[in-house]
Amino acid sequence: MAITGVAMAACLFGLETVPLKHDKPGRIHIKYWEKWSGFEFDAIKKIVDDFNASQDKIFVDLLQTSEIENKAMFAISAGVPPDVAGLYSPNVPHYADERAIIPLDDFCRESGITQGDYIPAYWQLMTYKGKVFALPTTPASTALHYNRGLFREIGLDPNKPPETMEEMDAISDKMTVEKDGHIDRVGFTPSEPGWFNYAWGYYFGGRLWDGVSKITAMDPGNIDAYRWIESFGKRYGGSALTSFKSGLGQFDSPNNGFMDSKVGMEIQGVWMYNFVHTYGPQIDANAAPFPHPKDRPDLANTTYVDADVLCIPRGAAHPKEAWEFIRYVQRQEVMEKLCLLHKKNSPLTKISDHFWQVHANPWIHLFDSLARGKNAKVPARVGIWPEYQQELSASFDQALLLQGTPEQILQDVQDRMQAKLDGYSKRLKQREAEGL
Amino acid sequence: MMKRKEAMAGYLFALPWLLGLLLFMLYPVGAAIYYSFCDFSMLKPPMRIGTDNYHDLMIDKVFWQSVGNTLIYAALAIPTSTLTALGMAMLLNTRVRFLPVFRTLFFLPSLIPQTSLAMLWLWIFNGEHGVLNVVVNAVLDHTINPIMTLFHHATIHGPNWLGDVSWTKPTMVVMGMWTVGNAMVIYLASLQDVPASLIEAADLDGAGPWQKTKNVTLPMISPIILFNVITGMIGALQVFAVPYIIFPDGSPARSGYFYTMYLFDNAFKFNKMGYACAMAWLMFLGILLLTGLSLWFSKKRVYYGGT
Repeated sequence: MAITGVAMAACLFGLETVPLKHDKPGRIHIKYWEKWSGFEFDAIKKIVDDFNASQDKIFVDLLQTSEIENKAMFAISAGVPPDVAGLYSPNVPHYADERAIIPLDDFCRESGITQGDYIPAYWQLMTYKGKVFALPTTPASTALHYNRGLFREIGLDPNKPPETMEEMDAISDKMTVEKDGHIDRVGFTPSEPGWFNYAWGYYFGGRLWDGVSKITAMDPGNIDAYRWIESFGKRYGGSALTSFKSGLGQFDSPNNGFMDSKVGMEIQGVWMYNFVHTYGPQIDANAAPFPHPKDRPDLANTTYVDADVLCIPRGAAHPKEAWEFIRYVQRQEVMEKLCLLHKKNSPLTKISDHFWQVHANPWIHLFDSLARGKNAKVPARVGIWPEYQQELSASFDQALLLQGTPEQILQDVQDRMQAKLDGYSKRLKQREAEGL
Repeated sequence: MMKRKEAMAGYLFALPWLLGLLLFMLYPVGAAIYYSFCDFSMLKPPMRIGTDNYHDLMIDKVFWQSVGNTLIYAALAIPTSTLTALGMAMLLNTRVRFLPVFRTLFFLPSLIPQTSLAMLWLWIFNGEHGVLNVVVNAVLDHTINPIMTLFHHATIHGPNWLGDVSWTKPTMVVMGMWTVGNAMVIYLASLQDVPASLIEAADLDGAGPWQKTKNVTLPMISPIILFNVITGMIGALQVFAVPYIIFPDGSPARSGYFYTMYLFDNAFKFNKMGYACAMAWLMFLGILLLTGLSLWFSKKRVYYGGT
């Protein structure tokens, strides 16, 4: 009996000390949390495996973590953060203000990583208040995706996507099928897929804040954008559009509105080809720069860019080793491998010929050139961004549902968010003064 | 000596619960008072800012919008769920065949986790392909719509339950009616406690079913109605899981943005724990006030047999 007990205890406790196959004595394990799932996770897993095989001092333990922006924050506040956190770039300002992630400037200097290595728009996403807080994994830019089959169906040249907003609106009206206030198919609606409802101002030359202390929701460009959003509510009916949207299937499924030919044109990112390839091989899709207002040719090739990033949380057990891994991912050949597996563009300035030759995404040159263009726009680099983004999304709904004039709606956003930003900045200063 | 020993043993047995209460209830509740007067994000030490959080809340439009949404929802949900639960309990208190089966069936929905229910309702109430609208449209097409067509009016269709700002709260109320099982069971137990002698006396006096219900049954179960209304009110004011899933960020246009959702977002999305704590305390005080008012209002309207 006693022997059995001892044996069981040995088994139970012994399990913890059995060395893992890949372990070598003295090897440091670092924890890396990444948000991706599916093939995107498989891709980073390959990079992590390559890194682990490339040397014998550091071993990266990769953990798939949903809602990472919240979980990482809780882990940091509890003092048990991962060594590397795969965040979204809009998290950076807020995390940096909270001192939840550490600046990487010294590491970059030592490793010879400079601003010039990155496409300027993406570099902007890595920095905040003059310091580097993150480095990219895979980036994205956005463009108009359109269904050439539907263009043919309504008698349009499928190789001539709209260049101006006015052209796009006219095509949309022609393509939209509605009866008795019920929409069966829509040419274009700003509410689909609805992921960038806060960003429409950029496409009309608007700004969301002045980069220092003032919210600029009432910028004329934003008002123009909201007038444009309102026009869809007037033409197709705001409620009819929300009802139509509720009938579309999940994004990553063949019932996605675009794959199902129920939405003729929509704004999407560089990732879209993966999904078209998997769920919509039957549609003849293409991508083009998102249209600009007719009277603003200077806004041609406007694109909203974003990136997934790697950060080192405050309190990480092994920041130096974490940096070794981040630096490894920034190597041109490693970054290109990851971006090829994701079928995305690269955030790096230099790109090998091989990258272009083997890239599976037929629209990759478009996304790369958009990201490098002068009209590449990044999310507002402001600490209250999560709240501001939610406010803008709610105001988008109001404009589409005709719950006020664009001016009234944006004035509300302006007043509310300015008060929030003022309070936020005041407390940051107060904390600095009190050394908290 | 023996008594003291017994008391010690009693306290020892109760100790795990007492420790749990102190650590996981009283401490957080107490700490929340302190944090409500602080700027606190959990990542930096709390910094005292006086009553700023309360002041900011008073001038925060979204705060008042969430208060308004929650009160409208509660005002609609409390009477409807009370009537539904009481009505179902009365029906289940009759002598029909397969009564235990019906009781189980009506109680079952309240055992399903809220998250699963929310996912189910997302499909049932879907404005385009939802089962509910399929039924509603079929009924309308066989009743009102032929008449509408005859007079050249536009036909009527089932509403966009989840996407129309004027329907989001009524939809929540309809959903709430599905989970009245707990209240129904309590009503049922109280109905069975109504003395048969009183009913018999009313019968002898020639009272009809409605008079018996109004003058005998309802007064006899009035304390239970009060209890259920108060717990229902607290539940309605704290509604969270279902709208959080079916109305992301309270969409459309924050019409489905309830108090606890704004509280949660402040705490965990915007990392403004101090602001969220102030909201939690205001909510506690609000519920306390409404409960007190309900008890005061019910003083002369509720019959307690023992007094």
